[in-house]
Amino acid sequence: MDGVHDMGGMDGFGKVEPEPNEPVFHHRWEGRVLAMSRAIGVFRAWTIDTSRYAIELLSPSVYLTSAYYEKWFVRNVRLLIERGFIDADEVTAGRALRPAKGMKRGRFTLADVESVTRRGSYGRPAPAPARYKVGDRVRTKNIHPTTHTRLPRYARGHMGVVERLHGAHIFPDSAAAGKGEDPQWLYTVRFDAQELWGADADPKLKVSIEAFEPYLEHV
Amino acid sequence: MAAHDHDHNESSNLSEIELRVRAIETILVEKGYIETAALDRIVELYETKIGPHIGAQVIAKAWSDPGFRQSLLEDASKAIGTLTQVGRVGDHMVAVENTPQVHNMVVCTLCSCYPTDVLGLPPAWYKSFPYRSRTVKEPRVVLADFGVALPAETEIRVWDSTAETRYLVVPMRPAETEGWSETKLAALITRDSMIGTGLPKKPSEVA
Repeated sequence: MDGVHDMGGMDGFGKVEPEPNEPVFHHRWEGRVLAMSRAIGVFRAWTIDTSRYAIELLSPSVYLTSAYYEKWFVRNVRLLIERGFIDADEVTAGRALRPAKGMKRGRFTLADVESVTRRGSYGRPAPAPARYKVGDRVRTKNIHPTTHTRLPRYARGHMGVVERLHGAHIFPDSAAAGKGEDPQWLYTVRFDAQELWGADADPKLKVSIEAFEPYLEHV
Repeated sequence: MAAHDHDHNESSNLSEIELRVRAIETILVEKGYIETAALDRIVELYETKIGPHIGAQVIAKAWSDPGFRQSLLEDASKAIGTLTQVGRVGDHMVAVENTPQVHNMVVCTLCSCYPTDVLGLPPAWYKSFPYRSRTVKEPRVVLADFGVALPAETEIRVWDSTAETRYLVVPMRPAETEGWSETKLAALITRDSMIGTGLPKKPSEVA
């Protein structure tokens, strides 16, 4: 979707302001939200792709004015209710009003912690040979799906070069829509900045995206 | 607001969000989904165990051992997994090396993808709207925000992390560090130097 989350190249957000000796969490609740997000992951309430899409679906005003972990929190509550893990009246009451429904695994305990602090694996067997090889000139498609995609707006409809192949990975556009993993080849595609931003762009800048095969076409 | 999207605008509703988060935690614990101690442990791990010191060990090894450097550049997940002090990390890690000709920077314009296995949770600026919007278009101006100026002839290579690959920058080893141990070298390697928004410390800064 052409959402406000797709920020590459936008102007007006001001300077980057690094914070010296920044704490990992600025408030206790941020750590709790992160930990709950990781823990709930084991119940397969959502995938990385559905969870990103749920944040993209926040209204632009909420997206732009909410703190980072607040967006996670709003997303978590919405998905927990939608998928039947908790009920809206429990959120209002601030306590459980009925037992959990049909838990497919036991409680998330200390023994499960290590498994959720390591990133998952998204590589899958390739469904077909790769269409492109390193060094190929390719063009990104000019597409504007109204659902989740990982092809940023600034990189659509541009000529680039395949720099790396990463094997086949879960295709986020499909997975986020609940249409299955549909694995696709993943490439690093490199662009000259002047191709992306015009003749005035830095001549010594190159930018790459990670592009799934359906985002690309032969030049 | 925008430059501070991570936090500073919420002093007025801080207690409200704290209460809302506690309520959800209570519900999840009472319904039997999660154990409070397990959440405590996750927070503790990110606050004390999983951080940029891990990446610094990897880079120090790459600076010291040409064979490891080569393995790291070929398959970073596999190479890092061979370091007993680090152990297995997630798949699809990619290490990219700075040279006198090319300086690498990593960003996620769409959300906040970051090599958490080796750097811990991302700093607020990495997730901020200014960093996400500007890095792919004017990285030299972003570098100036970090007090970093590179020669105009240095190529800037920006990696937008739009999939589950995770990029780790291998900064250049500072001069006058010949014969240094990996432990001593690791002290030069900052988090920002492994994202590409900073350079390693100078030997004189850690002497």
